[in-house]
Amino acid sequence: MTLAQAPHGFLAQAQQGFLSPTGVEIAFLLVGLVTFGAAIVTVTTRQLVHAALWLVVALGGIAIEYLLLTAEFIAWVQVLIYVGSVVVLLLFGLMLTKAPIGRSPDADSGNSWAALTVAVASAAALVWVVVDAFRTTWIDLDGPAAGSTKATGESLFQHWVLPFEALSVLLLAALVGAIVLSRKAKATADPAKPTGPPEPTGPPEPTGPPEPTGPPEPTKEGKPTKEAKAAKGGNP
Amino acid sequence: MHLAYPVVLSSLLFCTGLYGVLARRNAILVLMSVELMLNAVNLNLVAFDVWLSKAADETLHSGQALTLFTITIAAAEIGIGLAIVLAVHRNRGTADIDKLRDTAEGHETDGPEGPDEATGATDPAEQTEKAEATA
Repeated sequence: MTLAQAPHGFLAQAQQGFLSPTGVEIAFLLVGLVTFGAAIVTVTTRQLVHAALWLVVALGGIAIEYLLLTAEFIAWVQVLIYVGSVVVLLLFGLMLTKAPIGRSPDADSGNSWAALTVAVASAAALVWVVVDAFRTTWIDLDGPAAGSTKATGESLFQHWVLPFEALSVLLLAALVGAIVLSRKAKATADPAKPTGPPEPTGPPEPTGPPEPTGPPEPTKEGKPTKEAKAAKGGNP
Repeated sequence: MHLAYPVVLSSLLFCTGLYGVLARRNAILVLMSVELMLNAVNLNLVAFDVWLSKAADETLHSGQALTLFTITIAAAEIGIGLAIVLAVHRNRGTADIDKLRDTAEGHETDGPEGPDEATGATDPAEQTEKAEATA
């Protein structure tokens, strides 16, 4: 099979110049290396706060990749939602669970070798499959941007209106769910207080302060995105 | 641009997130790895959308629409996930997923857990809370 496809591959390579990458490809490769390295550090570092900060680098690198793929709107949404809110939420979570500041020796569990084996095996399989499948495929980045705000908005509000509205209902459900989770925990924390003394006195004290800050965060993060998108939808 | 660049980067990021999900012990680090996997899928969707919008005259832009939906669902997921992790941390004093073995079958893990929860009064409350969380 590969023999039959080989002439096509060589032909396409001769047309597109496979061995002389364009500037966009070089930029994509460099940013991709930075992104991949930041992701590796994120999943291997033993300092929990550093993991969240390296996640910012990885997500920002992916936003730059979106820009290089001419998907502008997705890139800025990525910066707003992921770098702006999700990482802040994760940092809040690390603080509220009293994560140690320095190195924590128990960040990795004992099965990291099995995890590494699974990850490397799946990476090899995936890379082999996709490289073999799309060996002769090129993206045409010339012409008008495929992901400009105009194109994205038109397709979103002409063909995807119903899923969009369903998504707003899902955001509302997530909002209510986060509030309900926190409220129930607060209600059960009071009966748990008599049983608290056998345990360290730590839990009752942070129960008070984290409560107001915990629930409103998803509220604030979830709402503006929906409202921003809804406001954007109202304009055209 | 060769399509292999974004697709290979996407699969590598996905496997990095897979390693993090399997190897990490802190629940919030697991959530970070899940975010990495979701971002890998998003990059894949955008790359194929940009390719197909030119190569096949695909005007639906389904890849970018699905990417926006994935980003929104990821935001909702991280909110709910952190609420659950904080509730577990408040009840147990730990966010270590290796120690949350209440629903494990056929292990003697109740032995080390026993002294911690000798009262047993908090146990049904947490069970109902977990049931509500999954419902």
